[in-house]
Parts: sequence; C-alpha cells; structure tokens
Amino acid sequence: MTQAASPAPRVGLFVTCLVDLFRPSVGFAAVKLMEDAGCVVDAPAAQTCCGQPAYNSGDRDDTRAIAEATIEAFEEFDYVVAPSGSCAGMLKKHYPGLFKGDEAWEARARTFSDKVHELISFLTDVLGVTQVPAKAAGKVTYHDSCSGLRELGIHDQPRKLVASVKGLKLTEMADADVCCGFGGTFCVKYGEISNAIVEEKAANIAGSGADMLLASDLGCLMNMAGKLKRQGSNIEVRHVAEVLAGMTDQPPIGGK
Amino acid sequence: MQITSPTFKANAHEALHDAQLQRALGNVRSGFIGKRAKAVDALPEFEELRDNAKTIKDHVLEHLDIYLEAYEKKVEDAGGKVHWAESAAEARGIILDICRMNNARTVTKGKSMLTEEIELNDFLEASGIQPIETDLGEYIIQLRGEHPSHIIAPAVHLNKDQVESDFRRVHTDFPKDRDLTEPEQLLSEARQVLRQKYFDADVGITGANFLIAETGTSIIVTNEGNGDLTQTLPRVHIVLASIEKVVPTLDDAAQILRVLARSATGQEMSVYTTLSTGPKRASDPDGPDEYHVILLDNGRSSMLGTEFQDALRCIRCGACMNHCPVYHAVGGHAYGWVYPGPIGAVLTPSLVGVDKAGHLPNASTFCGRCEAVCPMRIPLPKMMRHWREKEFERGLNPAVARYGLKFWLWFAKRPRLYRLTTYLAMPVMGLFGGRKRRYRFLPFAGGWVRHRDLPAPEGRTFMQQWRDRDTLKQDAHA
Amino acid sequence: MNGRDAILGRIRNVLNATDAEDDPRRVAATARLDFPPRGVIPARGQLGLDGRVKLFKKMAEGAAATVEKVTSSADVPKRLAAYLRKHNLGAKVRMGGDKRLRAMPWAEERTLQVSIGPSDGSDEVAVSHALAGIAESGTLALVSGRDNPTTLNLLPEHHIVVVNAAEITGDMETMLDMLRDSFGKGAMPRTVNFVTGPSRSADIEQTLLLGAHGPRALHIIIVGK
Repeated sequence: MTQAASPAPRVGLFVTCLVDLFRPSVGFAAVKLMEDAGCVVDAPAAQTCCGQPAYNSGDRDDTRAIAEATIEAFEEFDYVVAPSGSCAGMLKKHYPGLFKGDEAWEARARTFSDKVHELISFLTDVLGVTQVPAKAAGKVTYHDSCSGLRELGIHDQPRKLVASVKGLKLTEMADADVCCGFGGTFCVKYGEISNAIVEEKAANIAGSGADMLLASDLGCLMNMAGKLKRQGSNIEVRHVAEVLAGMTDQPPIGGK
Repeated sequence: MQITSPTFKANAHEALHDAQLQRALGNVRSGFIGKRAKAVDALPEFEELRDNAKTIKDHVLEHLDIYLEAYEKKVEDAGGKVHWAESAAEARGIILDICRMNNARTVTKGKSMLTEEIELNDFLEASGIQPIETDLGEYIIQLRGEHPSHIIAPAVHLNKDQVESDFRRVHTDFPKDRDLTEPEQLLSEARQVLRQKYFDADVGITGANFLIAETGTSIIVTNEGNGDLTQTLPRVHIVLASIEKVVPTLDDAAQILRVLARSATGQEMSVYTTLSTGPKRASDPDGPDEYHVILLDNGRSSMLGTEFQDALRCIRCGACMNHCPVYHAVGGHAYGWVYPGPIGAVLTPSLVGVDKAGHLPNASTFCGRCEAVCPMRIPLPKMMRHWREKEFERGLNPAVARYGLKFWLWFAKRPRLYRLTTYLAMPVMGLFGGRKRRYRFLPFAGGWVRHRDLPAPEGRTFMQQWRDRDTLKQDAHA
Repeated sequence: MNGRDAILGRIRNVLNATDAEDDPRRVAATARLDFPPRGVIPARGQLGLDGRVKLFKKMAEGAAATVEKVTSSADVPKRLAAYLRKHNLGAKVRMGGDKRLRAMPWAEERTLQVSIGPSDGSDEVAVSHALAGIAESGTLALVSGRDNPTTLNLLPEHHIVVVNAAEITGDMETMLDMLRDSFGKGAMPRTVNFVTGPSRSADIEQTLLLGAHGPRALHIIIVGK
C-alpha cells in the first residue's frame, strides 16, 4: 500500500441533537458522503447539543458550559462537520463570542470555529466535490435554511450537487430564501405566527410543482414536513444528504 | 399611545384572524422586496456605500457631543433656535410654548415617527390646538384614530375600501354620489382637502432624516411633497429630531441618502430631499419667519456605550420590517408601540423597558433577513438576543420555557446520562409514530401539534447505531 | 441643570470626553467638518458632458419626469408654449426673478402671460431655473430666494424646470461643491430642494400615484449644445 500524498482528513461529525434523536439516517448519509470523498470520520460520544436553545433563550452561562464541552470533545479533529447550517453557524459564528474576555478560551474557541463546516459546504468548498454518483427520480425543490444561507453563505453549493444526481430535476419555489417559521423554540412559543409562516412556505413548495422537498436543516425539514403532512400533501421531504448519498431506504421525514 | 406590547401574543392572534389586514399585508411582500432588490442590483457600489454609511454613523456616535454642539451653533448663526429636550414631556412642552407664542390654532405635520413617540397629536388636541397630518397615509390613519403600522407606509394595514368609507364619513362637503373606488380618486380628494390646510396652519412641524453639523441644515426626505409644504407655508417651522440624527457634513448625508431610498422603496432617490437652514432670509419671498429645532433624547443617550448602541445608526427606512416574516404575518400594530418589526423589537425595550416589551425580541425566528438588508448593518438578531439575555438574567421569561430549557440543558451537560436516556426513549417514541411515521397528537408538544404533525423518530439514535458500527469495526480488526 | 447640559453631560460621560483642545475626538471631528471627506462615488455618473446629460435624462425619465433638450435658452419660451398646448393648459405661467429666465424671449410667445413672484397656490404652471442637475439619479437642485421661490417647486400642478447642460454634475457631491462655491463653506440658502420626478404616493395599497401634494407633472428643459 502506498502512502497518500497527504493523510486523509480526520473529520469529527457533530451529528446535531435532532439528527441523533429523530433521523439518524441523515448522520449516516453524511458519513458516507465524507468517506466517499476520502475522509476518516468519527462521531465523538461526548457530544450532545450545540447549545443554541440556551443561547437564543438568553442563557449565556449554560451555553458556555455546553460550548466548552463541545470544543473539548472535538479538539483532536482536523475538521468539525455538521449536517445543519443552523448548528454549524452556532459552532462557527457564535462560539468565540461566548468567551469574550477569557483569552485562553477565546483562542481555543477560535481554533475550533475555524475547523467547523456545514456538511454540503464542506464537501464542495473544502473537499472540492462537484458531483455525486447517486441516482433518483422526480422533481425536487430546495429550501434555503436561514442560518446556512445568511450566516454561512450556502446557496449554490447544494443546488450544484443536487443537479449532479442522475434523474433529478431541480425546480425553484418562490421565496426559497424566506424563513419556514421554525426558529427553534419560536415555533412552540409563538406557534400561531410560526404556523402562518410555514403555511406560506407550504404553499410555495406546492406551487413549485416538485414532488420532493430538500433542505439541509432537520429543524426546518420537520416543520415543513409536519405542515405538509397535516395538509395531506404527498410531497416527500428529505434532508439533502440522504439524496446525495443515495440513501433513501428510510421512509421520508414525516412518512409518505 | 397605550403600549400593548405586553399582549403581543393576543394582538398577533387577532391580526392573524383579521381578513382585511391579511389582505393588506400582501402589499408589503409584493410592494417592497422586489423593488429594493432591483434598485440594489442597479448600483454596483451599494455594499460599499452600506459600509461607509455604517462607518459614518459609528463615527457620529463616538463624537456625538461635538457634532451636536457644532450643529447648534450653525443653526443659531442662520437665525434659528435650538431647544434641547430630555424627555417626551419636555419636547411636548417646548412645542406647546412655541405654538402658544404664535397663537397657533392649527398645526400641519409632515410625517414624523418621533411625534408618534412623544404622542404629540393627543397632547396638542388636549391643549386646544388641532394637529393635521399631511402625509396621505398619516392623514388616513388620523381620520381613523389609529397609529402607523409601518414606519414609512403608515396605512399599509388598510385596503382602499376602508379608506373610501373614512373619506365618505369625514369629507361631508363632497357630493355623496361621487366615485371613490380607485386609489387615484382617493388621493385627489385628499389633495384637495389638505391643500387649504397648509395655508391655514400657523405652525408646521416636521421630523428630520438628517441634521448637518457643517451647515446647521435639517433634511427631510419625502415623496409626496407634504413635508416640504409643511415647512414652507406656515409662519413657524418646528423640526423635531432625535439627537442621533446629526451627521457631520453634507457629503456624509449624500452617502446615506444613496442607501436610504433604495432600501426603503427601491427608488434611486425619493422625490423630494429638502434641505432647510434657518428661517427665511431678507431675500426670500417665501418660507417661515421662525425656525426651531428640538433635539430630543428620550432615552437615546442611555443606549450609547451599551450593546444597543448600534441601533442608533437606524435611518428608519423600514427595510427590516419589509423583509420580516413575522411582520408579514401579523403587521405592525401587533408590536404594540411606535416602532414595529425588527428595529421595534430592539428599540421598544430600550425606550419603554424590557418588562413591558419582552415579547418583541423573543418573537423572532432569527432568520437574519433584517440584518441582511439593513442599510446601516445593524445586527438586529444579535441585539434581540441581548434583550433575551437581560430578560433571562432578571427571570422575566415564562416559567414553562425556563423549566423546559433547564430540563433539556441538565441532560445536554451530562453526555452519558443524555446517551442513556435517549437510547431508551427514542425507540419507544419511534414506535408511537406508527406506520405513518408522524404524530398528530403528543402530550407536552401542543405548540407544535396544534398546527402541524410531528415527524416521528426513526428509532434507535445515531450515536447508539454508531457505537454498534464502531464495535463491529473493532471486531473485524480483531 | 438644563436639558442641554444634561444630555451633553450624559454623552460626554459615556464617551470620556475632555475639554482639551487637542482631545483626539475634537481634532478628528473638526477636521471632518473643515474638510469633508469624499465618500463612495458611484461610477455611473463619472462621464463626459454628453454622457452626463444622457444619463440625467434617462434617470429623470425613470422617475416619471419628462425631459427635452434645446440648444439655446432662446428656444425655451417656444418649447414651453408647446408643452402648455400639448397638455391643454392655459397660456399662463408663474416664475421668479431669475435673470437667466428673464433674459429669454417671452414676448415672442404673444399669447403667453408670464407673471413674476412666489405662488399662492392658484398657479397651474410654474417655471424655475435649477442650480444644477445630478446625472446619477436624474435629480434637480433648486435653490430658494427671489430668483426661484420655493413655493413654485411645490404648489403648481405642472412644474417646468430649466437646467443648463453644463451644470449637470455626475454625482451629488460635485453638486454640493457647487453649493459651497455659491454660498460659502458652511453656509446655505434657506431651502434647497433636490427634486427627482413629480410628487407621488403609494400609501393606498402600495399603488403608485403621481401628484400627491406637489406637482403632478415635472417637465425638464435642458439647455445646451
């Protein structure tokens, strides 16, 4: 066996609590995509949640405690990758600010944050993946999750990879860049407003004529799937990684 | 005005079930967003101008005392008078004194959110002086006894048939059988009614988009020309401006003007950008004999040096609310005070207290669209989060949310226990999802399942399965 | 303590202000006021005279103004009379004492009545001479005074504005320099109106309508070769 020019990048998968608990298949799809691209992937057992619910509820102390544990759990890796723009945004954009005034920790947090990427952006922008060998059939539409789009600048990357899936046709919905109304705890604290927003989104999804909805954040996907299914829609809802990895054995999010 | 921010949820509920309002709110989505995007695309320097506009206002805030003093001196050199007001009550008092000295009976007003903030109209009326709003939208809502629901489109919550019935009710001098079905006819009637009011008014009150320290000039930006007539025809012109409106030079104002109209209405420039400096000169055949500026603080100086200072860069363009999904859903009145939308969610707690306005910074999905379009690059979500921190520190957020969060965090901070619990719980939860793979009902998740199904978990957690995979791998190597 | 001292005191306290003349904050602010730094200037207006005039026309028309060009100021009365006829307006205009306007051959339009002075609201058509035009946005700069009273800009139904091609600047800042040259640095006329198209409102259902409180029509006559 010959030594590769550079050793395979060691990636720590931050699986995110929602994927861990609700949709493990997204995690395995992420692992497959990264392993196919030549990475060595591990998911450290000490991870739980990125702390965003605490952070957005104004609870700085608990957020910091969780951030410390997360940073420690992932310190050994070259990269930290999450199949979620929202969690990746939290780790990448918000962690360093939690440690303002604590130089040692701030530096540690910065080193950590520099290594963090959202899955699709990691595949395309870091690893240079331009296509996937997966096959599928039908018309898909893609929803831009807010954090991925506006905090991490992810817009073209998933569309490019989806376009490389044989048999899939991408059809854009109106206002793909507008929030689905999930917003973490917002969707239960202000359920009625959240509902008005996701109704609008569901109408745009249906209006696109697609038979499958893709996005890169499980929170948004569960919200949109929940609305579509409540309305009796038969549009399938999946995380984009499942389709890109060709791992669509599991029933779609919220069922058929 | 009475603050109804504490009942935001109930306000929102009402708004969501108000069919008229919902129809009108469609105009916000269709009316502003595309036009702004087009205007921004047409100017390659737009992002650079945003950066510079931000830099200018940051510079102002770091030198605010010096520019205010320089501005004051220039106004006085030009024959104007500067008054300083710490509070709404002081500003109202100064305005009343000026009106009384001039025996004013009617006052015309250009569009000014600051006069809303100090509740000027009610006060003047109670003092026997009739205020007349001249901006078409403001005029309409004044007839209805309402407040603006948007900072640049005050009547955006209304439909034309509502305006028609108000005009029929109030404009009784017009023929009863006149046609008022088209917006054009409504506008024409309002123009006729208001034209005479400009001439009759003793005092004209406007706000200011900018105060120029270099020259002592106040600038207003309008499309209708109402503010301009308001400050030209009456004998006395009063400018009511908050202290952060000052900018150093005309050039600085020019920079910000380029992002203002584009962000607000998608225009290259608003129709009228009017610069006023002092009262009319000996050589002027028209213009006011007296020119007063009231510099109002009303809580702003207390925002300096805090995490909320950046909000003082706001130029009141309305882009944040035009792009806000929450504003689109519930409209401006639900926010319950003067300033709605994302900027209102930051300013209202600053100006009236977070104990009253606590809902506003919480009622956001943090989608970040407001910050993405804010011409002054105000980090609105970050500032809303700061308010949530203040609330959390003071224990103001609801107990259910607090305990729910604490429960989750207790596990999140204990990975082993978290693993064990979730290993046991998720497969059971998954089973309850049934063949449909979703729940329609679920205890403790009412906020969710009232409006949508909850997708069921697949079963065993990722970490559980990952551990199995690791074990398999190790076995294979052994 | 009065309001002024209280407000300034609070600000100065937060900003750690000192009274020293050489306080770097004071030095920086004074320098900015004395020598206003140029900001970001859009490239679109940085053109030769012809290009500026073309851009000005395009932008003003984009803002719903109508624009025509004449080669000599002597042509203005004739064109103006034609405008009045075209719009079925009475042959009557109001204008200020601007020498450039007064020097035009109004007598050649026999039926046209020209009166001088500010508007009391009864005039259907007013004529003004602009200090300058701004090509980047199609904006006119109008200065108050006996020459061009401000009421003429706002009260009549039709506003006709004459601007010299040579006084059309590429950008707002160049026009601001013209103001400083005319009135002295730090000084301003009572009113400067930057006007971009006729008055409008979209306050009813976001439907854009012209002629809210100011002129329903803005017609610009550019004079130059």
